[in-house]
Amino acid sequence: MNFGSLDLNTIWFALVGVLFTGYVILDGFDLGVGVLHLFVAKKDEERRVFLNAIGPVWDGNEVWLVTGGGALFAAFPDVYATVFSGFYLAFMLLLCALIFRAVAIEFRSKHPSPRWRAFWDRCFAGGSLLSTLLIGIAMGNIAWGVPVDARGEFAGSFLGLLHPYALLMGVTTVALFAMHGAIYLELKTEGELQDRVRTRINPLIIAFILGYVILTLATLLYVPHVTEAFRRQPWFFVLVVLAVLAIANIPREVNRRREFLAFLSSCAAMALLMAIFGVGTYPYLVFSNPHPEHSLTAFNAASSARTLGVMLTIALIGIPVVLAYSLSIYWIFRGKVRLTKMSY
Amino acid sequence: MSTELLARLQFAFTISFHYLYPPLSIGLGLLLVGIEAMWLKTKSPLYHQLARFWTKVFALIFAIGVATGIVMEFEFGTNWATYSRYVGDVFGSALAAEGIFAFFLESGFLAVLLFGWDKVGPKTHFFATCMVALGAHFSAIWIIVANSWMQTPAGFHIVGEGLGARAEITDFWAMVFNPSSLDRLMHTVVGAWQAGAWLMVSIGAWYLLKKQHRDFARTSVKIGLTLSLIASLLTLVTGDRSAAGVAKNQPAKFAALEGHWETAPQAAIHVVGWVDEKNQTTHGLAIPGLLSWLAHGDAAAPVTGLRDIPADERPPVHFTFQLFHVMVGIGFAMIGLALCAAWKLWRGSLENSRGLLWLLVISVLGPQIANQAGWWAAEVGRQPWIVYKLLRTSQGLSEVVKAHQIVTSMIMFMAVYALLFAAFIFLLNEKIKHGPDESDLQPTGKLALPLRPTTEGDAL
Repeated sequence: MNFGSLDLNTIWFALVGVLFTGYVILDGFDLGVGVLHLFVAKKDEERRVFLNAIGPVWDGNEVWLVTGGGALFAAFPDVYATVFSGFYLAFMLLLCALIFRAVAIEFRSKHPSPRWRAFWDRCFAGGSLLSTLLIGIAMGNIAWGVPVDARGEFAGSFLGLLHPYALLMGVTTVALFAMHGAIYLELKTEGELQDRVRTRINPLIIAFILGYVILTLATLLYVPHVTEAFRRQPWFFVLVVLAVLAIANIPREVNRRREFLAFLSSCAAMALLMAIFGVGTYPYLVFSNPHPEHSLTAFNAASSARTLGVMLTIALIGIPVVLAYSLSIYWIFRGKVRLTKMSY
Repeated sequence: MSTELLARLQFAFTISFHYLYPPLSIGLGLLLVGIEAMWLKTKSPLYHQLARFWTKVFALIFAIGVATGIVMEFEFGTNWATYSRYVGDVFGSALAAEGIFAFFLESGFLAVLLFGWDKVGPKTHFFATCMVALGAHFSAIWIIVANSWMQTPAGFHIVGEGLGARAEITDFWAMVFNPSSLDRLMHTVVGAWQAGAWLMVSIGAWYLLKKQHRDFARTSVKIGLTLSLIASLLTLVTGDRSAAGVAKNQPAKFAALEGHWETAPQAAIHVVGWVDEKNQTTHGLAIPGLLSWLAHGDAAAPVTGLRDIPADERPPVHFTFQLFHVMVGIGFAMIGLALCAAWKLWRGSLENSRGLLWLLVISVLGPQIANQAGWWAAEVGRQPWIVYKLLRTSQGLSEVVKAHQIVTSMIMFMAVYALLFAAFIFLLNEKIKHGPDESDLQPTGKLALPLRPTTEGDAL
């Protein structure tokens, strides 16, 4: 397909953003359920309910990350190469955490021994917590910027990635995913367990807001390039207003027991937060700090126009189909969790 | 050890471990389609029981396949950053297409396959199973397209020079249908069918030996063996085509597969052999002319020998030779076993042939070893190139990643994968000991509802 004079680079910046946003929204609640697993679900049956709440969908949700990674490789190979080789140990840790988490879900309930289950429960919870924290830290570093040399190679160290701003982003992400997970669980549980889940939602919202306020303050003071877009185009502020409204709407819907609307609000909030992040970082994919001229952008790190065009064709065919059957599958598995013999 | 060797070992280890699982999902996926089709057609509850049991085995395999597959998606970037920059424009698009067209399909419908038994009707369930199997095959297509492009690059041009050089797509379909894609795809997929089919045969044969779950076991062996027989014969056909392609496109690899040193007519194939790389000779039991015939369809045609290939463009000969011979040896053994077992099954004497049943029990290892050896031969035989004739493996590394980082992550992966493998074997063994559920002979939920009459049903 020929896309004429379309700005394919910007479109792909947005599309990679859409894929990662899909990941954050969908695996966000899976990971959030994992973070809450040990603290909220106490009995074996409750833990099974938690696992089966995400049981049919976590696999597909994780594919958003894999596809996002593939799209990044195809559209911005320089970024893919620099980020994954540069954040080497951090990514190896993330992969390890994701593996443990994935197999813990699958293995845990396949054997009745309490020690077996306790072990995989810890793997699931620990893997979820570590993955979430690392995803947040990675995003913090993308916003803050990382040292890049003149050839576009990462020039920092693993410990250098763990600065206060990135750590704050990590902790805030944990609060956000846990909040999102709790709201999803509210939707999938019932009775006493649901009551217990509900009491956790407000504290988690407050924890997230606290983290986000401090993070915003720090961004305004220390990360001026991220606020640049909002200064130039004030109407981007609409995104911020909408995000605040979406979050404020969550406790309202929870109080009225409109579980599905609460969950939709939470999804919308996450999508808006990702959009704010995207607008702030554009056109930088890897901002070079301290040498901004070495930064990798949607323009200097991209594949050829032909490849971006081919990929756009693939995306235009693939993404609507994926969305259509993903929604049908979510529809099939709507409603409260019922444990059967095929359950985890 | 050098960073290069460490990075290669890490990739070899993680991909080999990963590759234990996808072939099983591809093969079992196809078998599940067959089983559910039989169930829809015959309405026999035995097929329902079979579908339920093998779905559980499938789920276990799929979970580890996904978990270890995520690593692969990012490992090009972590360990092979220069390679990633060089090929991203071409290779990345195949990988992204795999995500969009294959993984979503497979994992999305897997939910229905595994957890939808009581929620959807039999036809919807069958459709979901077909989509999972299709997704598994799609993923094979795209990943083999990507890998084949590294073997026989096409549809691209090189832009830039020195460190800034990279391959860019000029013709997407020429890239997808590069000279080796189709041959290698066919060969890999039938190899995967064998992996799934022999697993089914193996577990069925075990129950026959133990005289448990007789109906279930006989049907499993029958279905598994049908696919084993077809796939093992197709492996021979596709393997022959693949080898002819290698002879044409990658003469250095072809010569290494057979330890063929001197360019000469009547080139020989070794049944078994030993390559003396120092003295550039190969000892063993050889059939003269067969290599020439295999490569060019003419026993008198000359085959390029390794001496006519520059020393710095030769792969490790002995290692490639042995890997290839292990693969071919097992391939023929599987054909023999499949024929023998099918004959006995047809004559109705399989259940009394305990020796043969024992062979069938261990047969599950055959395709696994052959699949691994085959991939290793394909990859080691391409050396010293990471992209054939374009980029050397030593040039593809991540410049910022140090040896100690690779060692650290390697130890981590080995520990994690060892644990995973132990847990997998433990759970598979539990599953086999538990056997098929007798209650599965009675479909429940929506599955228990009678099929709505269709034109097809009326005709019956």
